[in-house]
This record gives sequence, C-alpha cells and structure tokens, in this order.
Amino acid sequence: MTYTFNFNVIWANLDQLLSGLALGLALAFFSILIGAAIGLAAAFAATGGSRFLRGAASVYVTAIRNTPLLVIVLIAYFALPELGIRMGKLESFVASLAIYAGAYLTEVFRASLIGIPAGLIDAGLSIGLTRFQVARLVRFPIMLRNALPALGSTFISLFKDTSIAAAIAIPELTFQARRINVDTFRVVEAWMAASILYLGTCLVIAAGLRRLERHFPKF
Amino acid sequence: MGEFFAEIWTARAQLAEGLLATIEISAVAIFTGSALGLFTGIGLVYGWRPLRWLLRFYVDVVRGTPVLVLILATFYILAVFGVQFTAVGSGMFALSLFCGGHLGEIVRGALQTIPATQIDAGKSVGLRMPQILLLVLLPQALRQILPVWINTAVEIVKASTLLSIIGVGELLLKTQEIIGRNFLTLEFYTFAGLLYFLVNFSIERFGRIVERRLALA
Repeated sequence: MTYTFNFNVIWANLDQLLSGLALGLALAFFSILIGAAIGLAAAFAATGGSRFLRGAASVYVTAIRNTPLLVIVLIAYFALPELGIRMGKLESFVASLAIYAGAYLTEVFRASLIGIPAGLIDAGLSIGLTRFQVARLVRFPIMLRNALPALGSTFISLFKDTSIAAAIAIPELTFQARRINVDTFRVVEAWMAASILYLGTCLVIAAGLRRLERHFPKF
Repeated sequence: MGEFFAEIWTARAQLAEGLLATIEISAVAIFTGSALGLFTGIGLVYGWRPLRWLLRFYVDVVRGTPVLVLILATFYILAVFGVQFTAVGSGMFALSLFCGGHLGEIVRGALQTIPATQIDAGKSVGLRMPQILLLVLLPQALRQILPVWINTAVEIVKASTLLSIIGVGELLLKTQEIIGRNFLTLEFYTFAGLLYFLVNFSIERFGRIVERRLALA
C-alpha cells in the first residue's frame, strides 16, 4: 500500500491529454450531427403513414440499440474494407458512432414529434400549408425544442462513448491516459487525470445545456 | 457461405465458452450492481449526511466517467495496490460499480417521487422505518424503475464487450481469436453482433412481460 503520488507526469503530458479531450469532443460533435440527421429521417419515418418505412425505422432502432458499440466500431473499421468500403480510423469511428447515436435519437425525436398537439398541425393545414411545409415550419421547430434536454444528454453519453475509439488506437483521452499508464507506471495519476477531465467536461456541457434550455422557452 | 458455417462448427466450443462468459459476467455485474444501486439510492435519500455526500461523490464520478475508463482504471489501479484480482474479477468489479452508480441515481429519483405522506401513514399504523422502506416505499419505487432497470441490464451486456480490451475471454475476445485464425472478419463480427442482439432482445422482451404483469390495472 505504499504508493507515492507524483503528478509531474501529468503536467508533462497535459497537452496530449487535452488534445485527446478535444479530439473526443470533435468525434462526439460530428457523430451527433450525422446521427441527428439519421434520427430525424427515421423519426419522421416512424411517425409517418408508410407501413414499410415505419417497419424499417423500428428494425433499425431495435437492432442498433441491442448491439454493443464496440462490435459496430470493429465491424466498420476491420470488416467493411472486405466489402470495398475503406475509411480512415476517424471516419469509420464517426460513422459507427453516428449510426449508434441515430438509433437513440430516433426515439428522442419520435417522442417529441408525438408530443406535438394535433391542433397545431391542423391549424397549419387549415391556413393552407402543405404537409411538407407543416413538417418543416411547425413540427420540426417544436420537436427540436422538446427534444433539447434529451439531445443534450445524448451528446454527453456520446462524448463518453468516444473513449471506445481507444480500441482502434485513435489518440483520444482514454488512449492517452493508457499510454501514460503504460509508459510511466503513474497508474493512479493517469486515470485520475482522465476521470477528472471527463467528469469536468461533462459537468460543463450539462451546465451549458441548462442555460440553452432556459434561453429557448419551452413550448 | 458454406465455409462460414464450417468455421462456426469448428469454433463452436470457443463461441459457446465466450457466450457463457459474457452471460455470467453480465449476470454477476447486474446482480451485485443492483444490490449496490438499491443501497446507494436509499442512502442518497434517507442516509445521514456524510454518507449522502460519499454516495453522491460515487454516483457523480461513475456517471461522469466513461465505462471503459472505469474498467481500465480498476484493472490497473487494483494491481498497484496489491489487490490480486484476475482480469475477469476486476472487470466484474468495474461493471458492478458502473451498474450500481447508474441504478443508485434511478432508485433515488423513484423514491423521491413517492409522497412523504406515505411515510407518515406507515408510521401511524405502527411501522418502523426499515419496515416502511421494505413494505411501503420500495415496492412502489421498484415498479417505477423496472423499465430503466431492464435498460441498464442491456447496457451492462453491451459494456461487457469492453472487457475484451483487458483480455477477458468473453464473447468478443473469443470472436477476435477465431477471426485471427480464419480471417472471416465480417462474418464473425456480424455473428457476434447477432448473438449479442439475441441476448439483449431476450432481456428486453422478458422485461416487457414482467412490466405488463406488474402494471396497475
């Protein structure tokens, strides 16, 4: 039990840790951007009139939500090249995380779409908007506001999921912490630093989201 | 395709071993994690102040840290402090901590939605606090958390794949070993994904059935 702390290693590697953190945030950002597009399309499909599209959205959501992210990441990076789909590490990870996020966001957007009062849609139709205009001008903005809290917590969990990128040697925060751990044997310090950076970032994002939610009045 | 089925047949013992390990690890983690989560949730609401602070710290750290960091940190740190755990042991430990932290917050939320008048009512019919907790509060809270609890179980099965990174011979690591031998990357990763899907889908269906049976009217 004689472990003496030495945080010099952390200060010496701080720029790597921080660039790892920034990389993780960037991965999460691009993933949620693409994932939101997928989720949006799937949510309108899931609440739409076509039985085929409803079924397809439901299969997508069920399949992805019950499959481990690491398996998706490994398939995208190691197996898709067999089918001629070649991507770099970063692209394949963002694609995996986006597909993963898309399934969760489908549920988020679907719940928000269902929550829109039917009277508003009727009102839109009655002033002569087309169905597409109602979707774009009425349902979409209200849905986005209703989905904001869940969208935020999805972003936070995606940011934490970027740690899985370490499994395909993307130099994000977890990868850097493990490298410090293996190179210097400052085991406790390395993981404490990683944990504090993750936790701190999550808290900052959560606080920012609360402000954003206050800024846009809830419908 | 014929080659693929032949390879599955060759690897059947390895696959079965991996699948069993995954189920066993997940079951242990869900079981101990649920006990831990129940204790944490109750402690967060009714514990004395220092205990509440301690549990709040535990829950916030676990919820704010990626599960992979938790797994790696447990694996490396326990060894430094001379705790002789196998990779499986430290992996189960990390997953239980993860499960307990998330469930603790959920149990806390459920307990706090139960009106305080119920505690008064319990006291007025002569129940003591442990009895009130066991007979009045927990049954209501547990019904409420059931859907989230099922969700957490699925998350644990998914998170158990991360133990392959510290060398635990669960389904994903076994799959990687098989791929290392026959190079059927796409086929075997997809097959593993399918097995995970089946396990999780069963948990989800089972949860739905229990939910329906417990539903009020």
